[in-house]
Amino acid sequence: MPDTKIMDAKGIARSINRIAYEILEHNRGAKEMVIVGIRTRGAFLAERLARAIKKIEKVTLPVGAIDITMYRDDVQIRLDQPIIQNSDLMFSITDKVVILVDDVLYTGRTVRAALNVLTDFGRSKSIQLAVLVDRGLQELPIRADYVAIKLQTFHGENVIVNLKEKDREDSVVLQQLNGEQLR
Amino acid sequence: MRSPHLITLEELTADEIYLFLDTAVTLKEILSRPIKKVPTLRHITVLNLFYEPSTRTKISFELAEKRLSADSVSFAKATSSVVKGETLLDTVWNIEAMKIDMVVIRHAVSGTPLFLTRTCSSKIINAGDGAHEHPTQGLLDIFTMREKYGKIKGLRVAIIGDIKHSRVARSNIWGLKALGASVAVCGPTTLLPIEIEKMGVEVFTRIEAALEGADVVNVLRLQKERQSAGLLPSLREYSNRFCITRERLKYLNKDFTIMHPGPMNRGVEISSEVADGPDSVILPQVTNGVAVRMAVLYLLSGGVGTIE
Repeated sequence: MPDTKIMDAKGIARSINRIAYEILEHNRGAKEMVIVGIRTRGAFLAERLARAIKKIEKVTLPVGAIDITMYRDDVQIRLDQPIIQNSDLMFSITDKVVILVDDVLYTGRTVRAALNVLTDFGRSKSIQLAVLVDRGLQELPIRADYVAIKLQTFHGENVIVNLKEKDREDSVVLQQLNGEQLR
Repeated sequence: MRSPHLITLEELTADEIYLFLDTAVTLKEILSRPIKKVPTLRHITVLNLFYEPSTRTKISFELAEKRLSADSVSFAKATSSVVKGETLLDTVWNIEAMKIDMVVIRHAVSGTPLFLTRTCSSKIINAGDGAHEHPTQGLLDIFTMREKYGKIKGLRVAIIGDIKHSRVARSNIWGLKALGASVAVCGPTTLLPIEIEKMGVEVFTRIEAALEGADVVNVLRLQKERQSAGLLPSLREYSNRFCITRERLKYLNKDFTIMHPGPMNRGVEISSEVADGPDSVILPQVTNGVAVRMAVLYLLSGGVGTIE
């Protein structure tokens, strides 16, 4: 089956703007707010979200990125250790409203790890989760506060988020995995 | 990693060395956090088996294990059943029976860590074996050089002192050569191993010639016990000819760096002025040692495979 394009560049841009408005509405502004993306693509989305908020509210929010590799729950069962990337949180998150950003919410395990990372960096006032795609199938009691698009997917499918910072284009693609890739 | 153990830098490829170094760069950031700990190796128990005295290496490994949340137990020869005559193998087998995953070993006999890889089921990390290798020291020295110069290729490194008995020298030479640095060694003839030039280094017996044009000086500890072995006329003569003093720094390249693996004999192989001077990175070396050992523990704790 061919891949299905769920969102294009314009769609992603509109969604990020909408989420920016939702965040500001929900928190009555951007006071004491910081934005933290989960590497790799969540970090790019965090930057975009900060720019969108700046346009609306005229404030520059601190933006950071975290790597969750060292907090994964599958370190002991993987064959080869995954490459670690830098965590880059150059500001305190203590007593801040943290907007945690990732591209896809799937099992919830990445977010679980990210919450532990943030806990080790300080005691934030609150942590809210913003994702581009919520594809369902969570294995942990974790839900997103801000979602660009919600999809009903199966394990045999793959949701791919492309972002210009790293990929050729801005898009969200739903891919059917064949038996070979599933294995 | 091709091997589940870390025994030598000699057997590592440049890519593997870079993987250790790059991983250490990211892990070093953890050491500057308010909570200097990540839960990564909660499932691992490490035995630190030190048959020789050590301050830096032992504490560095212990801290690296703690920062990664591994459980660790440390063994010191003097307070163990070794004094009652228990053999190395019996000691390791008995501690392995208590379920450990990795052994960090320091031993006076070259080849001991390799021997353990063939007789034990744990993963083995060499923390210095005789005059053979001290791979984590080699890695942290190279890490420190790269942190300052941005690259290793093209650097000129002079290693000064007792090359013959130095595992630090050997690990440095293998690692630096693999990454494209040029290495000079210098010391009294009695402390230079024969055929050392076959490792691809330039050999000098005059300190001025060895320092000429070097970027990094790695000063080795003069093992004072060598004097009683008749290899040196006197400490004072050694100091006169080989001590790194401020006066001798003029032969070096402009942006030079002074390193020493510790422990230092101030006034013998290095003057206090130089050791505590602005171009010394002796304490940053120690800091980097923790990050590098964290990288080694982390990368070896996975399975065996190829680099992605």
